[in-house]
Amino acid sequence: MKLTLKIWRQKDSKSKGDFSTYELESVSPDMSFLEMLDILNEKLISQNIDPVAFDHDCREGICGSCGVYINGRAHGPKRGITACQLHMRSFKDGDTIWVEPWRAKPFPVLKDLVVDRSPLDRIMQSGGFISARTGSAPDANAVLIDHDTAELAMDAAACIGCGACVAACKNASAMLFVSAKVSHFALLPQGHPEREARVLNMVAQMDKEGFGACTNTGACEAECPKSISITNIARLNREYLKASFK
Amino acid sequence: MKLDSKIPEGHISEKWYKHRFQLKLVNPANKRKYSVIIVGTGLAGGSAAATLAELGYNVMAFCYQDSARRAHSIAAQGGINAAKNYQNDGDSIYRLFYDTVKGGDYRAREANVHRLAELSVNIIDQCVAQGVPFAREYSGYLDNRSFGGAQVSRTFYARGQTGQQLLLGAYSALSKQIGLGNVKMFPRHEMLELVVVNGRARGIIARDMVTGEIKRYAADAVLLATGGYGNVYYLSTNAKGSNTTAIWRAYKKGAVFGNPCFVQIHPTCIPVSGDHQSKLTLMSESLRNDGRVWVPKSPDDSRKPSEIPEEDRDYFLERKYPSFGNLVPRDVASRNAKQVCDDGKGVGSSKLAVYLDFRDAIKRLGKPKIEEKYGNLFDMYEQITAENPYNVPMRIFPAVHYTMGGLWVDYNLMSNIPGLFVLGEANFSDHGANRLGASALMQGLADGYFVIPYTLGGYLAEGGLDKISTEHEEFGNAEAQTRERINKLLSIKGTKSVDHYHKALGKVMWDNVGMSRNAKGLDEAIKQIKEIRYEFWQNVKVLGENEEINQSLEKAGRVADFLELGELVARDALQRNESCGGHFREEYQTEENEARRDDENFSYVGAWEYKGDDQEPEMHKENLAFEYVKPSQRSYK
Repeated sequence: MKLTLKIWRQKDSKSKGDFSTYELESVSPDMSFLEMLDILNEKLISQNIDPVAFDHDCREGICGSCGVYINGRAHGPKRGITACQLHMRSFKDGDTIWVEPWRAKPFPVLKDLVVDRSPLDRIMQSGGFISARTGSAPDANAVLIDHDTAELAMDAAACIGCGACVAACKNASAMLFVSAKVSHFALLPQGHPEREARVLNMVAQMDKEGFGACTNTGACEAECPKSISITNIARLNREYLKASFK
Repeated sequence: MKLDSKIPEGHISEKWYKHRFQLKLVNPANKRKYSVIIVGTGLAGGSAAATLAELGYNVMAFCYQDSARRAHSIAAQGGINAAKNYQNDGDSIYRLFYDTVKGGDYRAREANVHRLAELSVNIIDQCVAQGVPFAREYSGYLDNRSFGGAQVSRTFYARGQTGQQLLLGAYSALSKQIGLGNVKMFPRHEMLELVVVNGRARGIIARDMVTGEIKRYAADAVLLATGGYGNVYYLSTNAKGSNTTAIWRAYKKGAVFGNPCFVQIHPTCIPVSGDHQSKLTLMSESLRNDGRVWVPKSPDDSRKPSEIPEEDRDYFLERKYPSFGNLVPRDVASRNAKQVCDDGKGVGSSKLAVYLDFRDAIKRLGKPKIEEKYGNLFDMYEQITAENPYNVPMRIFPAVHYTMGGLWVDYNLMSNIPGLFVLGEANFSDHGANRLGASALMQGLADGYFVIPYTLGGYLAEGGLDKISTEHEEFGNAEAQTRERINKLLSIKGTKSVDHYHKALGKVMWDNVGMSRNAKGLDEAIKQIKEIRYEFWQNVKVLGENEEINQSLEKAGRVADFLELGELVARDALQRNESCGGHFREEYQTEENEARRDDENFSYVGAWEYKGDDQEPEMHKENLAFEYVKPSQRSYK
């Protein structure tokens, strides 16, 4: 396959960025999207051009490091996968592919396709936990959790923190991310003692980081590589309302 | 050098209990006077950081990823073992201990393994309390599945994402401590040097991977929890960033390296598809609960798998190992897959794959049940290969997955450098020559949640630690070393990329130091690695500068270390004139092609000491004593 790549290049967070155009030949349909970028970088290095910086690590869709906009969609054209799981067989010979970093005010670009997602960590630090001091736990089977509830909690807990929901949202809202964590813990009995403080603190931190509000467009759910459902946002709103009136 | 393992006296089941009492304590008000550096935030490092901060220590935690949540523990799929015996199927702490010592082919320390088995039950309790959504039965009780090398069901799991959920549990606990100000977190920071002052580990030099700033960090103890070194093979199931730099820098500062040649090659990975391949993807061992491994009986059978009738299939694991069947340990499964491929019976275009077939399981349990158990793995497989495993059997082949070797530690997880502790996959300790499935998560969390909080306290309470400042000349020396190395890498301005050399190293390692090894090949590997290393330092091309995000520079530093470590792995494999676990020497096999262990001469840990760049390292031995599990030929027949 022969491709034309239009890739966002930006030296650092202070510089202005722009698209650069690169031609790439002999791309195999069995390559992953990131392997295609590897090949491009090898070519750039041989031409003494700085390789494209992009975040990636596990390359099996679970660490949440990779995250780029591909042809205007977070993680590219296919649903329910990350950019590292996208394979070039999803493109056609002769295609032009536009590659950009996440665009959201709370996620400044650090270089090329690399952004700063530390606001998500700070939201977690404000309340995304169950306080269980090491060594204090009762026997694991002491608290029974019915199968369906455990499955529902697992659905929410599957979030990989990649930030695609924020990037896909026209308001740069982090509601899907926050709601996934709030739901995961609110569904489980272990999470109940701290549920009110948790939801209030996490939402306060989310607002402080400059994320926008949710207007229920559903873009986040459509682009989430783990197909986290927006019903979690409804649950977050209920949790928040209940906690606010207490 | 005398390696003192510090194994406590007494009966095996009482050692840890007694030892905990004998360790000195740091009183609660004094803990805040101590500071600890933890490098790596996976299961071992993350759980240690959270737990030590809870206790009151001042913790500084470092990781190279942009968030602590992305450490590669996250990719562990199948599950975590614990001797809960919830299934009433005959499990016990002693049986988990026995299985692990046997599974490791009698090359692990009994005392460490027993402690691991004891702590396994606490880990599950702790994780459930943190909100880890383990799979449940309809009754609400926890569910279990089986893993290789065991005849009981003791593996707890959260779909195919157990590592993710356990790591997020530790990350949540860590996040709480960061929020409280008890942990100072340094993401996108890479440790590039260990600082040793008066013989004790007192700090590190780290590079800020965004600005390029190189800074000094001082503490009372340094904990390395930086994972394994599988990427020395270039292609492995490790994350692209997984590296050996932290433990290799410590090795070069005097920490001895235990059993570097013990590398686990995992039997069920998706085969290589071409030269562009950048990493390999594991398909969880749990699939062998229901999938059957086979190849065509005849080497030139070119029919589609669905057209090959039962009588023309060779279910070689079930045939050779009737009592464990498809659930033999990983080393056995991998070696047998290689053998059938060597015999020309491999499948797929490369002929380097065997089938993992779910046809019978789907018939027996129905597609929905299989989907519930393995849905995400099947999806992942289809994503990568464009084949639907519900309809056609998976094609799998072994790949480098885990390194049992690592820095040598005593019973307290302390290396031979006082104050330097090593946790999780980064140490050599608990798995001997082969790790059983679902035991890595167990070890990482045991080390971090339940071992280090006691043993670190014991070290600190012994006293003798002076106040330390980053102005000390050893910090200056270490920083100068780091800067010099970076400047060197940037100034070579050669003609070949870093990846070029990494791939060249990987090929030598896989061909000569891989699943099956022999003296001639190992000698050759040592020679070739030296040549590649020499050329690397003459001709590598690293563009850009230090004061920016420079991913080529990051890679160059890591590959430079792999180029040294690779040689040590080969050297260790060459001295070990026996076959055991993941280390298979062609010269030492039984008539049935099984590993022939030599307990008389090789029942020891080979611990290597660095002697200088132009000198050969020296090997020290820690002899292993087996008082409880008597070594026998491992049989899974």
